[in-house]
Amino acid sequence: MAEPRPSLAVWKFASCDGCQLTLLDCEDELLTLAAAVQIAHFTEMSRATVAGPYDLSLVEGSISTPADADRIVAIRANSRRLVTIGACATAGGIQGLRNFAASGTYAETVYAHPEYLASLDTSTPISAHVEVDYELHGCPVDRRQLLEVIAASLAGRAPVVPGHSVCQECKGRGTVCLLVAGATPCLGPVTRSGCGALCPAVGRGCFGCFGPADTANTASLATQLRRQGMAPIEMARLFATFNAGAPAFRDEVSAQGGAVQVAFGRTPRSRNHEAPR
Amino acid sequence: MSHGSGSRRTIGVEGLSRVEGEGSLRVVVHDGTVTDVALEIFEPPRYFEALLVGRHFTEAPDITARICGICPVAYQMSACAAMEDACGVTVDERVASLRRLLYCGEWIQSHALHVYLLHAPDFLGCADAVELAERDRGAVERGLDLKRIGNLIMATVGGRAIHPVNVRVGGFYRAPAPDAVAALAEPLRRARDAALATVAWVSGFDIPDVPGTYRFVALRDDGRYPIERGRPCSSEGLDVSPAEFGDLAVEEQVARSTALHARLGGRDPYLTGPLARYALNSATLPPIAAQAAAEAGLGPVCSNPFQSIVVRSVELVFACDEALALVEAYAPPDPPAVDVVPRRGAGTGVTEAPRGLLLHRYEIDEDGTILQARIMPPTSQNQLTIEADLRRVVQDGLDLGDDDLQWRCEQAVRNHDPCISCAAHFLDVSVLTA
Repeated sequence: MAEPRPSLAVWKFASCDGCQLTLLDCEDELLTLAAAVQIAHFTEMSRATVAGPYDLSLVEGSISTPADADRIVAIRANSRRLVTIGACATAGGIQGLRNFAASGTYAETVYAHPEYLASLDTSTPISAHVEVDYELHGCPVDRRQLLEVIAASLAGRAPVVPGHSVCQECKGRGTVCLLVAGATPCLGPVTRSGCGALCPAVGRGCFGCFGPADTANTASLATQLRRQGMAPIEMARLFATFNAGAPAFRDEVSAQGGAVQVAFGRTPRSRNHEAPR
Repeated sequence: MSHGSGSRRTIGVEGLSRVEGEGSLRVVVHDGTVTDVALEIFEPPRYFEALLVGRHFTEAPDITARICGICPVAYQMSACAAMEDACGVTVDERVASLRRLLYCGEWIQSHALHVYLLHAPDFLGCADAVELAERDRGAVERGLDLKRIGNLIMATVGGRAIHPVNVRVGGFYRAPAPDAVAALAEPLRRARDAALATVAWVSGFDIPDVPGTYRFVALRDDGRYPIERGRPCSSEGLDVSPAEFGDLAVEEQVARSTALHARLGGRDPYLTGPLARYALNSATLPPIAAQAAAEAGLGPVCSNPFQSIVVRSVELVFACDEALALVEAYAPPDPPAVDVVPRRGAGTGVTEAPRGLLLHRYEIDEDGTILQARIMPPTSQNQLTIEADLRRVVQDGLDLGDDDLQWRCEQAVRNHDPCISCAAHFLDVSVLTA
């Protein structure tokens, strides 16, 4: 008799769906994967759902509501291994910019009636709430890395995902350094590899989709960027995107002092919600 | 979950599946009459319109792409269009054509995902595409191949399939090499054949006939099927500029509902998306797509939402054919982007996301700082119409058992390919109580 297949569950919190879509974008492997594991819970893909416990839970998205803070605890308790996928789940995501703003200002900007909302003032990574077995970075995650993490998790071994910077991938594909040769601001030296160094290949500086590399020296890069004439507000914006909540990037944003308040702290003018005319 | 007791019957789906994002639906029937319908969203709000304030105008395409991993190009294109409008810039035709090619890739990827993985299982009684593959592996592999080719276009032009990196206000960072674009032709010919097979496949499904009366809203683009630009038009004769449309479409937040609802002139619900695009533009389809539509039995207007899968498949044929024409005519834009110098003002951009019209409006300062942002995705515009569909579908299907009626309701929601992740940047999370 065949051994029961390991069960896989995919969960969504505050996010864009892009990381779980990466799983569906494995067009060559999807049907093979579906035969190798039991897809027990994946609402974007199936209306069938199987009760836990689950051998592997993949979690996309950040925690930004009281209900989600409870839900992740229940999912953790029902999962043998829990792996977070993407910048929202590992660093709080772009919606984590609210963490830099004064309490309540964001809701008032977007909603006519913020009192209807049940939303937290912060957007935080999954690891701030429960124990996480592995974090896969990227906005979005890389397809090959995702398959590697699933395969490794099910085999009970450590995933082989390098922690070095985008610079190594640039060198690997023979792209001329934008920072050195073109004085183009680039986060490549401090950003985790995994994308394949896509941006420098089209003549654009890295903007940090994969978050800080393992040994990111952001202070040194900031010094270099300042020397090249970058203003504090530009520096704050550069470090404060999808991985603004990752400590190495967050510290560099905070180091810009008053510029942070200018960029993310002021109360914006209210969105135009009109009553029916 | 569904249950009936006496004269009161409640159909509820707590975790709506095979849609992008997290939502649920609830329908209440009293004495044979539908009394309450709610498509509920519990996707957390992400406050994009607030976090954009204070950012540089050049950052809007990459930041708003993160609203939706399924249709990031739509966000990038509407953001670019709005910023270029604010700055008084028009891109040249080569840039416009390359944008249209990139956007075709997204239509192919998103429509193939929806038709094969999300929607077709409903018509064939399968829980998902995996179960469908056990019965008809060839069909699912055809769908995955279409999806792969859509992603290939996005990776070739945009640098990456999900959240492309090569798009900027004014155009592209680098024009793709001619040989890289030319290499798309062969896969696209295969995709076009697969799309034709898709139309034949879905038009053979057992499709419920529950026609609606719709106020359709879609772009029109000078005799071309609309994708990356155009004027908002309606089936009732509306024909306005993007900015005027932004003023007309009023969104309201109501306590009973979980979503902002858009109404024209603050009054009238409307529908965007494939049915609307087709109704207002079917005469502009290229012959191969028009013929596929005719063979599938579609007239110039389709008002049965359950046939949206056929219309979406016809749009797949169009997108493959259009992409192939753009590939064959490709000349790299040089320079790949026009300079866009910020000035104080406001701009509006509208484009056709796979699931409907997407509007961005920004006010920026003279140094390019964003002062105000408004983003109106298709799903918030379609919300009222989806609820009206549910009401009709339940009324029409009262003879069905609870499980079948529940499934029919789910299918009715999926007819419009709602993207809850998109809508949730301003949807609330309050729980609906009986």
